[in-house]
Amino acid sequence: MGEPMNEAWRPKALVFTKDWNTKNGHSLEVYRASGGYKALEKALKMAEAEIIDEVTRSNIRGRGGAGFPVGKKWSFVPRQSTKPKYVCVNADESEPGTFKDRYIMERSPHMLIEGTAIACKSVGAHQAFIYIRGEFGLAYTRLQSAVDEAYAAGLLGQNVMGSGYKLDVVVHRGAGAYICGEETGLLESLEGKKGQPRLKPPFPAVEGLFGCPTIINNVESLAGVPAIITHGADWFKGLSRSAAEGGTKLIAVSGHVARPGVYELPGGLTLKEIIYDVCGGMRDPNKPLKAVIPGGSSCQIVKPGQLEVCFDFDAMRTVGSLMGTGCPMVIEEGTCMVRLLTRIVRFYAHESCGQCTPCREGADWLYKMLRRIEAGEGKLEDIDKLDQVASKIEGHTICALGEATAWPTRSYVKAFRDEFVRHVTEKCCPFGEIPVTTRAMTGAIV
Amino acid sequence: MKLYNESDHGTPAKKATSEVKLSVDGRVVSVPAGTSVMRAAAIAGIGVPKLCATESLEAFGSCRMCLVEIEGRNGTPASCTTPAAEGMVVHTQNERLKKLRRGVMELYISDHPLDCLTCSANGDCELQDMAGAVGLREVRYGYDGENHLKAKKDESNPYFTFDPSKCIVCSRCVRACDETQGTLALTIQGRGFGSTVSASQNQSFLESECVSCGACIKACPTATLMEKSVIDIGLPEHSVITTCAYCGVGCTFKAEMRGEEVVRMVPFDDGKANQGHSCVKGRFAWGYTTHKERVLKPMIRAKVTDPWQEVSWERAITHAASEIRRLQEAHGRGAVGGITSSRCTNEETFLVQKLVRAAFGNNNVDTCARVCHSPTGYGLKTTFGTSAGTQDFESVEHADVIMVIGANPTDGHPVFASRMKRRLRAGAKLIVIDPRRIDLVRTPHVEASHHLALQPGTNVAVLTGLAHVIVSEGLANEAFIRERCDFDEYLQWAEFVKRPEYSPEAVEKVSGVPAETLRGAARLYASGGNGAIYYGLGVTEHSQGSTAVMAIANLAMATGNLGRPGVGVNPLRGQNNVQGSCDMGSFPHELVGYRHVSDAAVRAIFDKAWGVKVDPEPGLRISNMIDSALEGSFKGIYIQGEDILQSDPNTKHIAAGLGAMECVIVHDLFLNETASYAHVFLPGSTFLEKDGTFTNAERRIQLVRKVMTPRNGYADWEITQLLSNALGYPMHYAHPSEIMDEIARTTPTFTGVSFDKLDRLGSIQWPCNDRAPEGTPVMHVGSFVRGKGRFVLTEFVPTDEKTGPRFPLLLTTGRILTQYNVGAQTRRTANEVWHPEDRLEIHPFDAEERGVKDGDWVKLASRSGETTLRAQVTDRVAPGVVYTTFHHPSTQANVVTSEYADWATSCPEYKVTAVQVSPTREPAEWQTQYARMSADQRKLAEPSK
Ligand SMILES: Cc1cc2nc3c(=O)[nH]c(=O)nc-3n(C[C@H](O)[C@H](O)[C@H](O)COP(=O)(O)O)c2cc1C
Ligand code: SF4
Ligand code: SF4
Ligand code: SF4
Ligand code: FES
Repeated sequence: MGEPMNEAWRPKALVFTKDWNTKNGHSLEVYRASGGYKALEKALKMAEAEIIDEVTRSNIRGRGGAGFPVGKKWSFVPRQSTKPKYVCVNADESEPGTFKDRYIMERSPHMLIEGTAIACKSVGAHQAFIYIRGEFGLAYTRLQSAVDEAYAAGLLGQNVMGSGYKLDVVVHRGAGAYICGEETGLLESLEGKKGQPRLKPPFPAVEGLFGCPTIINNVESLAGVPAIITHGADWFKGLSRSAAEGGTKLIAVSGHVARPGVYELPGGLTLKEIIYDVCGGMRDPNKPLKAVIPGGSSCQIVKPGQLEVCFDFDAMRTVGSLMGTGCPMVIEEGTCMVRLLTRIVRFYAHESCGQCTPCREGADWLYKMLRRIEAGEGKLEDIDKLDQVASKIEGHTICALGEATAWPTRSYVKAFRDEFVRHVTEKCCPFGEIPVTTRAMTGAIV
Repeated sequence: MKLYNESDHGTPAKKATSEVKLSVDGRVVSVPAGTSVMRAAAIAGIGVPKLCATESLEAFGSCRMCLVEIEGRNGTPASCTTPAAEGMVVHTQNERLKKLRRGVMELYISDHPLDCLTCSANGDCELQDMAGAVGLREVRYGYDGENHLKAKKDESNPYFTFDPSKCIVCSRCVRACDETQGTLALTIQGRGFGSTVSASQNQSFLESECVSCGACIKACPTATLMEKSVIDIGLPEHSVITTCAYCGVGCTFKAEMRGEEVVRMVPFDDGKANQGHSCVKGRFAWGYTTHKERVLKPMIRAKVTDPWQEVSWERAITHAASEIRRLQEAHGRGAVGGITSSRCTNEETFLVQKLVRAAFGNNNVDTCARVCHSPTGYGLKTTFGTSAGTQDFESVEHADVIMVIGANPTDGHPVFASRMKRRLRAGAKLIVIDPRRIDLVRTPHVEASHHLALQPGTNVAVLTGLAHVIVSEGLANEAFIRERCDFDEYLQWAEFVKRPEYSPEAVEKVSGVPAETLRGAARLYASGGNGAIYYGLGVTEHSQGSTAVMAIANLAMATGNLGRPGVGVNPLRGQNNVQGSCDMGSFPHELVGYRHVSDAAVRAIFDKAWGVKVDPEPGLRISNMIDSALEGSFKGIYIQGEDILQSDPNTKHIAAGLGAMECVIVHDLFLNETASYAHVFLPGSTFLEKDGTFTNAERRIQLVRKVMTPRNGYADWEITQLLSNALGYPMHYAHPSEIMDEIARTTPTFTGVSFDKLDRLGSIQWPCNDRAPEGTPVMHVGSFVRGKGRFVLTEFVPTDEKTGPRFPLLLTTGRILTQYNVGAQTRRTANEVWHPEDRLEIHPFDAEERGVKDGDWVKLASRSGETTLRAQVTDRVAPGVVYTTFHHPSTQANVVTSEYADWATSCPEYKVTAVQVSPTREPAEWQTQYARMSADQRKLAEPSK
């Protein structure tokens, strides 16, 4: 610290946050004043393939965690299908540590609606659903009012912007299950069933909502689309420093940094730049950085020596982790990693939908063993068993929630094995932490 | 004797035009495209460990026991959900896979009670098998912490228990209830480790929507869902394949036995009619066979007021025979007759009619089919040339539009209904024509496009109205009609249906069906792809029953919906062998195979075979027998397996007729209601105690196999044979197969049928002869049996049973899932918990007008009589219509029904009676009198026991 602040991280232009500092930035009035819905107007006159081509060339990748190229996903929708087509917006944002979509919906809901409308146009969908996390209050009201405003202004409905195109958008509130953020769990839930991920294939683009071709995208993925249509693919691509992904990215940083928060940054910064330049470094100069969870709690842990890596979908794999949702949690020295892992595994065990045996039973056993270790009651063999059980979950389940349990477990045990061993040998937490609550895992825990 | 264990290939068979070749553990196998790797392995003889997969259900991929390695692919995909592909190289066994599987098993066992030795499923548990298969030796995670071992048992269902402590959450039960049964009663409640199976909204099974079909129990790989009979008796040691004796679906079952005791009845996967599915009746309600009220010794008495006297078989038979001969001598050859049963086998029915025609020497034989589907026989014979439905059940899987008329398949034909619902869930459209909102109209994931809630008694108007729309909107399939039907007759018919009185508006006035609904239904049926009609007693049991059947046939011909899979005219037949009993010459005017007795050539065949002269004059129908008895010219009757007093209309009239006879011989399992008027009682045998065949609603002849010795001493066919011999007409069949051989010899449509062939093929759909050596699934392919299809003008003639100020409501009747007909069997089982009494459904408007509240006792009165029962206020019925079932003798719903009947076949008009409903406190006079009488009769049976 103490060095002059490097400002090279500032993006060339703002895409997502451009109206965030304007009064009533969430209103239709402000949004249109800054060029809102021009992109939709343009897209309504474009051929479907043209829109998809533009989005593909912009190199925008899905921002829900998996980083699948957005344009490519749209191109999978079978054009010849006579079935209705749907677009579903994944606004269920529930991954611990991830809080970027909520800001978009609270501050620029029209950007999401416009992006959604363009997506619909590109695949010939006349109905979109926005599946929003049930706990979101302000985000929901803002989004719903924006949808109402858009209907009133003829931006949605029977005749979108006078083009003759029909489009309905429904905002659907979830009921508090993380698994409904998994795209096929979301579809099941929208269909009125229990939110349980489906087997894939068939993929939703071919057989999704009510068995019809369906596009599912993250809020941020879609909110980026109007800028691509307005300014062109090359402009958008040029906002990123990385070849792996185009555009700017909302990076939500939490944890022990001086200035946590949501930042719009060019793609391809390093984790080091994000933590030290953007967020002003660690909050307590006496407690250096111990580890980073890069993109949501399901990602493998990153150690201080790996911070030079470029924070994009491809480069993060080289250090054995993931970009995920792009929302790093920064951890300082003195934090108990056993406790952290116990807390994380408890979350995933609780959120398991319960259909796959390895996830349902395995996550629960991981949690039980971790609790034991954390409370100083574990045995040394338990530490290896953690890895063994996790390895039986990883790759052996219907959806990626299994991995979300296994990845952190295996990586924490590997990276901080000594801390696990000390919990066992010292029969208590070496950091003096009180164990994570020992409440029962009967599905009722919070 | 062995215990059948159908092999479970893990995932359903796929139909595909192309095959793919792959190698599994070095064995090369070729399978239809789309087949799972698991199934391909099974076909190659390699069993991949599995828990959540089973052949009857779509793959689910949740247990992760079946992981395999596929060369060139990452990871270890689940073999149940991975489709086989050309050139694939699969490995199912190696160290890595073994470890993974053992790991999963370890997780299961860590939360499973370790009481295998005392568990009722010990030896029949897939979890146990798999634990062995993967070589689990220890559970390393320990057993401490939360688990489900103390979860509470649910024993509410009379037939099965649910013990959640043993549940492995494989969802097979949930999926069986969804996919196989279509009731969707089950769900996995909660999530993660807290996931548990729950019936409806976390209710007990009994209170839930569960219909006790047993599909989930069959699917459950553990002892979680288990038949109580297995818990009580233990696992079976051998099994016998046989056919259910309840309804016309004709499900094939494995009777699983321990010695002579039935442990459980399990639906057989290879059963063509049921494909491994069942309903609560066939699956569980077989307890009547050993019910204490079953009569096992023959009894006789001089007068019906005398106590019954137990006698030897010989004495009973000699007495019966001498009575018959005495009456014939005194009152003429025609003074006696017989009734065949739709419950008994083809062979037994054949023998009874042979007894009447050859030993009694007249044609006075009739059957209970008279009261249900005789109009089907008449109508379809007239239009197409055969007295039977045109399709097999499988056909429904190819239907695009399904029209259900006057039938309630989910209650009456539950196993077929499940198949139909599966097709509807897959997207076929549904039209329901029924006064009542039957379950199908709206049930999970199924909703009728049109429900034509017509006034009872207006079927013909509505059906002809549909034809009006089809013809006048140019939707008729003229190409088909020109090729297959008599075109001039068609033109006449087209002119007829176009008449203004059949316009939708005119039909609306008569039937109450909105004109637009009628138009919508007609258009959908005519132009929605393959249109299939399924109908039931709501069509036939009317004064215009035969006309309605012909109107249905007209619709199918006019739209070209005949002669291929997915279409057709399909009567849903009520009783297990109602089709067979009609086929077997049970009617007074027809010999076996629907050949008229006046036909000298046909008679010649039987004259020769039987060595007698068959009477060329048709004999008496049931109603004529009763009338003649009251006139004094008809004196004696032999009734096999039917309770005519309860199932026939106008109970009082029948009672009087029986009362006027001098010798009533009742041959049945129980002292039924008719037996109150009997002089000789011959104890019958159950379907478990005899060999023979039943023919189901799709003309499918299936073997009934003896699983235990008859508790009454003889199979029913043997008893008829004894009687015949005593009458001096010798019969010497050693086995029912010889009776079938005689049927085949004398009947062109059965020429190719034999027990051997049935044993080999599993079942045969008649006609089966040289032209169709393995039977005929779909009839009238290419041409109709009668040559050209015949259009018949179907003028609507309103029934004489009209509402008026005294009787302002229309009563219609039906049945319910858990009870069967007059309930003789089902009332003697635990099925009583679901339907302990008949109730009268009445619309809230009509109820309020009369001050009737739900559950109140009401008096139901018609021109014929009155009865009392409790009301159920519901909008399932329209205002002006009331509805009840007829399963309980104490209700005596038939006391109320009228004497009107189908003009062509005398099938009683059960479905329309003008009635009045009023609140009451006391039972009707007839009921009191009747209750006293049955109590007396029961007492009369006691002293001799
Ligand atoms: C357990 C689980 C939870 C998920 N939750 C979310 C979520 O809350 N929001 C989201 O956008 N994607 C979530 N995803 C990812 C989605 O399945 C899907 O990949 C994403 O919505 C696709 O959109 P994108 O291509 O625009 O990123 C989750 C995935 C898993 C396996
Ligand atoms: S991995 Fe877990 S959350 Fe995902 S489908 Fe399987 S049980 Fe459900
Ligand atoms: S018995 Fe049949 S209806 Fe009942 S829960 Fe099981 S599958 Fe469903
Ligand atoms: S009850 Fe049986 S079938 Fe159902 S989930 Fe449990 S173990 Fe599986
Ligand atoms: S049998 Fe394939 S996952 Fe269960």
